[in-house]
Amino acid sequence: MSTAVIQAEGLSKRYQRRARASSELLREALARTLRAPWTAFQRQKPETFWALKDLSLQVREGEVMGLIGRNGSGKTTLLKILSRITRPTEGWAEIHGRVGSLLEVGTGFHPELTGRENTYLSGAILGMSKQEIARKFDEIVAFAEIETFIDTPVKHYSSGMFVRLAFAVAAHLEPEILLVDEVLAVGDVKFQKKCLGKMGDVARAGRTIILVSHQLNQIRRLCDRTVWVESGAVRQNGPTAEVVSAYETAMTSPERGSAERSFDNQHSARFQSWNLVGAPSDSPHTLASTGPITIRFCLDVHTPIRHGHHGITLYNAERQIVWGWATDDLNFPRGQVDLVYEFPYLPIKPGAYSLQVSLWSDGQNVDLWDAVPDLLVATENFQHRRDEWSGYLNVPSVFSWNPK
Amino acid sequence: MASVTSNPSATSSLAKRQPGSLTLRIEPPRTWFELRLEELWNYRELLFFLVWRDVKVRYKQTAIGVSWVIVQPLLTMLVATLFFGKLAKLPSQGLPYSVFCFAAVVPWTYFSSALVAATNVMVENQRVITKVYFPRLILPVSAALSGLVDFSIGFVVLLIFTFLHGIRPAWTLVLLPLFLLLAVFTVLGVGLWLSALNALYRDVKYLIPFIVQFWTLASPVYYSSSMVPERYRWLYGLNPMAGVIDGFRWALTGTGHAPTATLAASTLIVCIVLFGGLIFFNRMEGSIADRV
Repeated sequence: MSTAVIQAEGLSKRYQRRARASSELLREALARTLRAPWTAFQRQKPETFWALKDLSLQVREGEVMGLIGRNGSGKTTLLKILSRITRPTEGWAEIHGRVGSLLEVGTGFHPELTGRENTYLSGAILGMSKQEIARKFDEIVAFAEIETFIDTPVKHYSSGMFVRLAFAVAAHLEPEILLVDEVLAVGDVKFQKKCLGKMGDVARAGRTIILVSHQLNQIRRLCDRTVWVESGAVRQNGPTAEVVSAYETAMTSPERGSAERSFDNQHSARFQSWNLVGAPSDSPHTLASTGPITIRFCLDVHTPIRHGHHGITLYNAERQIVWGWATDDLNFPRGQVDLVYEFPYLPIKPGAYSLQVSLWSDGQNVDLWDAVPDLLVATENFQHRRDEWSGYLNVPSVFSWNPK
Repeated sequence: MASVTSNPSATSSLAKRQPGSLTLRIEPPRTWFELRLEELWNYRELLFFLVWRDVKVRYKQTAIGVSWVIVQPLLTMLVATLFFGKLAKLPSQGLPYSVFCFAAVVPWTYFSSALVAATNVMVENQRVITKVYFPRLILPVSAALSGLVDFSIGFVVLLIFTFLHGIRPAWTLVLLPLFLLLAVFTVLGVGLWLSALNALYRDVKYLIPFIVQFWTLASPVYYSSSMVPERYRWLYGLNPMAGVIDGFRWALTGTGHAPTATLAASTLIVCIVLFGGLIFFNRMEGSIADRV
């Protein structure tokens, strides 16, 4: 019988919504104090919001728990509290065991240092002892497949090599509890698989893992139990298959979706959801063929759009724009509007992509939506096997050679 | 500010754990001040790596590399000797002006560069702070310590330099580490304030060159503190670096008087600043990842 290694009760985190930037200028702070000296003591009420509100959670030993939810639902805040990066405003949590957190790939890497030096530095920052790193060093280098470059400064590495080394260090962390945030979205698919395999090993070794991901397939593959976080609280907590499909349904069906992205009167229209038309209902955001492809965005129009402008951007995991397009002079009536894109083919390399759509009316921004969940491209790969030579396009080619 | 306890035998409300396993309790900040020196000690390896990184990276991609450690104070000393020693003919406590000045420039270079490093350390490590937990206090401490590597190289040059000028070390040399320690604590005390403030208000970044410049003029680096009128001497002693530099020079060359009065004032001030800095930093620590 396994016991709880993480117990959280009523965790809440309040942030100040700062119109003034996080690094307020001293001059402004002084001016504020000078203009109204009493406010410095009086503590004016700043505008606040709750990133987490009364969240309770239990994770048992050896469990791999998935954490899903929209951007800004509080997943990362929860991980940050559990990994002690920030403190809760209310509530408490008790953790039994050594915690390792992996909120980013390459934490603490310094471009001027060599791969070897960075392995030690990053390992130490992530919480490994010098001895532990020395013991696992060869294994880490082999895992990253960068043996020949280990004494080259990482600034000369290709992005693929960098990510592989950074992940290799992190993957060899051996805490009893591992908190992982969306870091598996990097690297080429083959390396991703390797990492997933490694994480699977870790899980089988009895370690407890909390995994945040927008890639629901990953969650399905790795997690026994999944918690769906919404507006800073637990919306659903149960077996992965159940929770993930409930989440997917809510994300795709517009009626349910509108409950999520609720209307306020400031918005005359809002994007509600997106899906790939014709994709199987259990994976409506996974691209399995290079084309033809139809993408549909559901838009709820509250007040009619006049002379509307609509733009779309497709980003890759490194947040580079892969494709963008826009159109003008749109007039939408009140109600639901489907914006449909048809592509004869979309030859982008496998991985996670994110879509961003915008809508303007009479020169006023109406909505800007980072489409959730990510577009997952899981097509057959026609590229060079090595990441640094593979490029962005995933185009099948027919090669032949003829002596003349 | 802290209320995270790492207690092996924690009063766990949950199932019983094997002995030796760690229990962490995460709570909102309650106490107004809690110094976790034990935790700092547990993270000593990370401290070592951060110092090591600073030292490794500092002179990367420079043509003459680590020689800068020697060139910088030497050049400063040469220029000062030319203008303050030869032209302005400032008194130098019976020492050759170059020795008088160099004996101050070496600890001063440590102080000023370490102070700048400590001020910027939270901002420069912003990414790490927002992604991984470790006691934040490690960062300013690493900045204060990593300057000591440069200092020791400069110090060896200084020893050779004084020796070449025929000055033999006196017994007072054994007291020198004390003055160095006082300098480290001054860096730490002021650095704790400035680094936390800099994380909140980037103005500090623009302010620090003026602070350093002003502080140089207010310290007996290029002139002797005996030039300060007697009745303002106590005020002068409020600058802890006055005690450090006078003491350093005295310990190295054995000439002049032990700066006991200044030193007492300096030590007291450093203790106050350091303690205040610890409290201020501690209060900031919990929210620094949200605000940096």
